[in-house]
Amino acid sequence: MYKKVISLLLISFLTFSLFSSCNQKSAESNNTIKVGWMGSLTGDQAVWGQCELNTVKMLFEEINAKGGVLGKKLEVIGYDTKGDPQEAVNVAKRLTTQDKVVTILGPNQSGSAIPIAPVLEASKVPDIATVATNPKVTVINGKVKLYNFRVCFIDPYQGAVAAGYAADILKVKSAAILYDVGDDYSQGLTQFFEETFTKKGGKIVAKEGFKSGDVDFRPQLSKIKASNPEIIFMPYFFKEVALSSNQARELGITVTLIGGDGWPSDQLLQMAKNAVEGSYFVNHLDFNDPEVQDFKARYKNKYGKEVELNGYLVHDAVLMLVDALKRTGEPNPEKIAKALEETNIKGITGTIKIGKNTHNPEGKEAAIIKIVDGKYIFQQKYTPQ
Amino acid sequence: MDYYIQGILILSGINLMAVLGLSLLTGFTGLFSFGHAGFMAIGGYTAAAMTVKYHIPFIPALLIGAIVASLVSALIGVLTLKLKGDYFCIATLGFGEATRLILDNMQYFGGARGWPGIPAYTNFTNVIIINIIGLILLANLIRSKHGRNMIAVREEELASQISGINVFKYKLISLMISAAYAGIAGGLMAHYMTFLQPKMFALTKSTELTIIVIFGGLGSISGSVLGALVLTSLPEILRAFSNWRLVIYGLAVIIIMITRPEGLMGGYEFTPKSMKKLFFNLKEKRLKKSAGR
Repeated sequence: MYKKVISLLLISFLTFSLFSSCNQKSAESNNTIKVGWMGSLTGDQAVWGQCELNTVKMLFEEINAKGGVLGKKLEVIGYDTKGDPQEAVNVAKRLTTQDKVVTILGPNQSGSAIPIAPVLEASKVPDIATVATNPKVTVINGKVKLYNFRVCFIDPYQGAVAAGYAADILKVKSAAILYDVGDDYSQGLTQFFEETFTKKGGKIVAKEGFKSGDVDFRPQLSKIKASNPEIIFMPYFFKEVALSSNQARELGITVTLIGGDGWPSDQLLQMAKNAVEGSYFVNHLDFNDPEVQDFKARYKNKYGKEVELNGYLVHDAVLMLVDALKRTGEPNPEKIAKALEETNIKGITGTIKIGKNTHNPEGKEAAIIKIVDGKYIFQQKYTPQ
Repeated sequence: MDYYIQGILILSGINLMAVLGLSLLTGFTGLFSFGHAGFMAIGGYTAAAMTVKYHIPFIPALLIGAIVASLVSALIGVLTLKLKGDYFCIATLGFGEATRLILDNMQYFGGARGWPGIPAYTNFTNVIIINIIGLILLANLIRSKHGRNMIAVREEELASQISGINVFKYKLISLMISAAYAGIAGGLMAHYMTFLQPKMFALTKSTELTIIVIFGGLGSISGSVLGALVLTSLPEILRAFSNWRLVIYGLAVIIIMITRPEGLMGGYEFTPKSMKKLFFNLKEKRLKKSAGR
């Protein structure tokens, strides 16, 4: 009997602790500006999420050491979404209503950045997404979302860059595509690569899909081999890139490979150094650009790890926020959103000039990187015509 | 009420709707399903298609979603319910994953990139009302002749067959009602998130629902209600642990399942009658104790 009563008590405790835990009010609000961050700290994209949060923490420490912004210290409140849209909505609600942040940085997936829009609208807090490349993150049905911004270029652009570079610079006429049918990023890039490449007079000779989590790509690659393309487009993440490129070389496919910003990672080179030799990919920046060396060194110094791609983008998101804060003169989320619309700064990933009707960084050039001798060698900045 | 807490309660309510359906199937009919996220997806995408593409009001759209999910389940059920034991479970697992993969490739619904811009019709009030209606219907069903037949099927299939219960028919009815509940949950979810992505209905969602049912106690509706509330809000309560959050969540579930293998409620129900009984039992014990002294 008492066991039953105890378990009842436990249940009610669990249920009610939800309400009680949410009532802690902020006591130290006057001297700090709270900034939210959300992204994957757990799950398959945790590497990138953790790097983002680390970067934000490091930059805020540096800014605070120099006296902060508007005489106040910056404080980051980071929550995990595990890449789940539902969690992202919960986190957005928590950040805006409980923690009362002035701006949210992240998330790094489009799938999380899209559903938080109504929450941002209701609470009038702006969000700067890092690598959410789906066009619908900031614009829907031709209308711009007032509180959604981003620092990266978008999928159509990236797909067009890859296709344009292949058609105009590498002068190839036929391409094959291997893509992940279960992944939003991969589907997006495939669609826009196909559109641009055919528009430029090229021909897609094979288009083969696989499912997230697959490790054997030989059946698809055999078909691609039979269609005899001049280039293979691989728009997915480094793990699958490493596996599929290795298997392609095993099957005797020698043509050039080209990919998107899912490629760059130390792991890719460790797993498939020889297979990806001579391949190209589209990136947000040149890793060897002198301007990013300082940041790279600072990060490595502090955390003992190499900075991932997301770190560079969240770095620029922080720059955008600080710039907007300085121009508004007060930490008011609505005014920050207005100020963000007029952003025109130089970040480490290029010039960031936010378009009023798109909330995307307009005209941001993509960097084309070639893998030579196991190193990422910058080729050129490229904008498709 | 606070926007954030309200959001969690809405999510609990949505999960509860799916869990109620699964509770009927797993808790009362004894069939394990790992494909309920698939029914949620079908309900969600259908309801969203109704409101977005055909401009049908919210409630009828939800019902259409439920009906479609139910019909699909009938199709699956006719084919697989003859399977015994674990085989049915595996068939539903395959169904759930197949649904997700098909949706991943249906460009009409946005494919894997998701479908944004669904109107936000779900709110706190209508979730509560729908949940209460769902609860009352389910409670009455279980107390009816049909409900008792389902419980008989759960307890001993062969014996109930011999005593004249059409086992296959009751399994099918249970599955269809269960899928309809999941379909409504999916529709509510679509209009709460205003965004649908097949990834939201992966295998983890199905297992989450099954965990809630078992955690709450098989064969107890009040257990399912508590389970949905506790397990949906627990990850949010544990936010303070940041990176360790999900580890602690897993630990909490394991510890509770070890100490109470029958689930939180273990087949008991919260009704006015049972509360009274509990109260009197306690009093009696206390009286006995004092008398003994």
